[in-house]
Amino acid sequence: METFDLLVQGLGVAVLPMNLLYALIGVTLGTAVGVLPGIGPALTVALLLPVTYRLDPGGSLIMFAGIYYGGMYGGSTTSILLNTPGESASIVTALEGNKMARAGRGGPALATAAIGSFVAGLIATIALAFIAPWVVRFALAFGPREYFALMILAFVTVSAAFGDSTLRGLVSLFIGLTLGLIGIDMQTGQSRLTFGIPDLLDGVEVTTLAVALFAIGETLYIAAQGSRAPDSVEPVRGSLLMTAADWARSWKPWLRGTLIGFPIGAMPAGGAEIGTFFSYAVEKRLTRHPEEFGHGAIEGVAGPEAANNASAAGTLVPLLTLGLPTTATAAIMLAGFQQYGLQPGPLLFTSNPQLVWGLIASLLIANFMLVVLNLPMIGLWVRLLTIPKPWLYAGILLFATLGTIGANPSLVELGLLLAFGLMGYALRVFDFPIAPVVVGLILGPMAEQQLRRALAISQGDVLVLFTSPLAAILLTLAALALIVPTILRARGRGQILSELAADAD
Amino acid sequence: MSTPELNRQPERRPDRAALVVAAVLLVVAGVVAWDAGHVAGAVQYARIGPQTIPYVVAACLAGLGIWTVVEALRGDFPARETQELRPVLWIVGGLLVQIATLRVTGFSIATGLMFALVARGFGERRIWLTLPFGIVASALIWLVFARGLSLSLPAGPLEAALGNGLGALISLVRPGGA
Repeated sequence: METFDLLVQGLGVAVLPMNLLYALIGVTLGTAVGVLPGIGPALTVALLLPVTYRLDPGGSLIMFAGIYYGGMYGGSTTSILLNTPGESASIVTALEGNKMARAGRGGPALATAAIGSFVAGLIATIALAFIAPWVVRFALAFGPREYFALMILAFVTVSAAFGDSTLRGLVSLFIGLTLGLIGIDMQTGQSRLTFGIPDLLDGVEVTTLAVALFAIGETLYIAAQGSRAPDSVEPVRGSLLMTAADWARSWKPWLRGTLIGFPIGAMPAGGAEIGTFFSYAVEKRLTRHPEEFGHGAIEGVAGPEAANNASAAGTLVPLLTLGLPTTATAAIMLAGFQQYGLQPGPLLFTSNPQLVWGLIASLLIANFMLVVLNLPMIGLWVRLLTIPKPWLYAGILLFATLGTIGANPSLVELGLLLAFGLMGYALRVFDFPIAPVVVGLILGPMAEQQLRRALAISQGDVLVLFTSPLAAILLTLAALALIVPTILRARGRGQILSELAADAD
Repeated sequence: MSTPELNRQPERRPDRAALVVAAVLLVVAGVVAWDAGHVAGAVQYARIGPQTIPYVVAACLAGLGIWTVVEALRGDFPARETQELRPVLWIVGGLLVQIATLRVTGFSIATGLMFALVARGFGERRIWLTLPFGIVASALIWLVFARGLSLSLPAGPLEAALGNGLGALISLVRPGGA
């Protein structure tokens, strides 16, 4: 009952005309940027962060919610109409969705993706509202060692548990952790790895790193492929509307996708991709039209799209209640919070309930706006997809540099942007995952704080980390998540894991 | 485990590029450890202090570096596509030009130059189209962000003219207003 009241209060905040406007701008910008090929939700949020710099925290987080959900919708449009998904969570959507578009059923594919995302977003956001207070109550009892153990678990699941190489996942993570060391140590004021450069005292900006790795790194990588992989946009022919048969075949996959996606997102278990693959496998097994799978089965779009969005809402559970980002997108959102001096976690729910519940309510509103806006505007989004590559990527870099110049136009910051961009390119060439670098940068210093606090309490006794039952369980899980996949890969059973690779977000 | 020995194909040679990655990791590990040594010198009283985690990170980086050497020697790294260097150089050049000219020419011209060079890297040779487009688009963005959202984007002669023009326009529309 308490949750319901808080949610209604939140809705009261969210429907203020100014906040509705922020949400509307957010979903429109989010969809427009997210629809561009090669741009996933993580980069969408990173690129649009500067737009929110000058707003008050409430308004900017509401716009943020819109950008986040809008970016997810945009990504699914791209993967249905182009066969090169803008984000790894949309790979599965592309499997069946692109086939449907080629068969002239692009309209129903886009519709089932949009409505499925809406259904999943609605259910998952309500689930978030009801689960969050429960997790918060639980998390209030957490001490430094429990937080530390939780972060270690997140490190392992983000970097090493999925993907095709334990080594490359861990290397990416430790690159992020190393970058996280740069700057002034929060407890003693000692400067570390700054090499006497004053600009580095504040540490590496998460947005600079994310924009460089995702935008500049990706642009360089695409350019270096030369004229390989020509993309063609599938025109949307025929009716946008779903037939009665489409509805009948879609609604169960939507619900199943939501049921699969939300828990996976809510657990510190990596990105949205995993849920979409599970959902696809489930739909393939349960369908009455198995012959259509691989040739454009609507269930194969409806289920994974719902799972994708449910999982995106799910990642907000650890982010808001524990301050624990488990995807690159969540890491950038955490940076957005920190920019206003807000630290997500159990205390935020008690110290700033209006803000948190306003944000959750805005997610609901953004979700409604998207389903209303998106279907009529598909024509416009399709036109965005036909921008020729040179103009598209030049434009992406324009916005990428705009953010950094607007935040801090120093030579060092711009030099870092270029250097990290080249690093992102190298990581792609060698097939290192990107998300662990971003998560490592933001979560590394937080984990260090918790560890040092725990050890200060125990006066340096490391064993204290294992004497709390919860911390011990979490650390054991982390160890298992590191060791089991490594053994599987060594025995040549790694294909399943590499299919679940977490990449763009 | 004897099977990997049998399965190893004779044509697998040490992967030199992967060895470079390993070398970079080892060098970074060394730098982190060296820096931690300096920090430790400054803070002697705490056993667990600002130097502890850097030492742990350095040790892990070194371990990962050695692991990378092993995988590189065994040829375990995935096959890489051939990379075309020329477009990469155009783009990096574009970003460098933007950084170099930003203070002198202001946001719009510097970013317009970058836009044209990046488009050139992707094969768009009609610079008489891309350069003006880039400059005009950047100027519009400057107006929205620097004027509308008061973001601090470096201004040059073009931005000054734009700002004045806009001011004049506003005072025309609303006499005595701005």
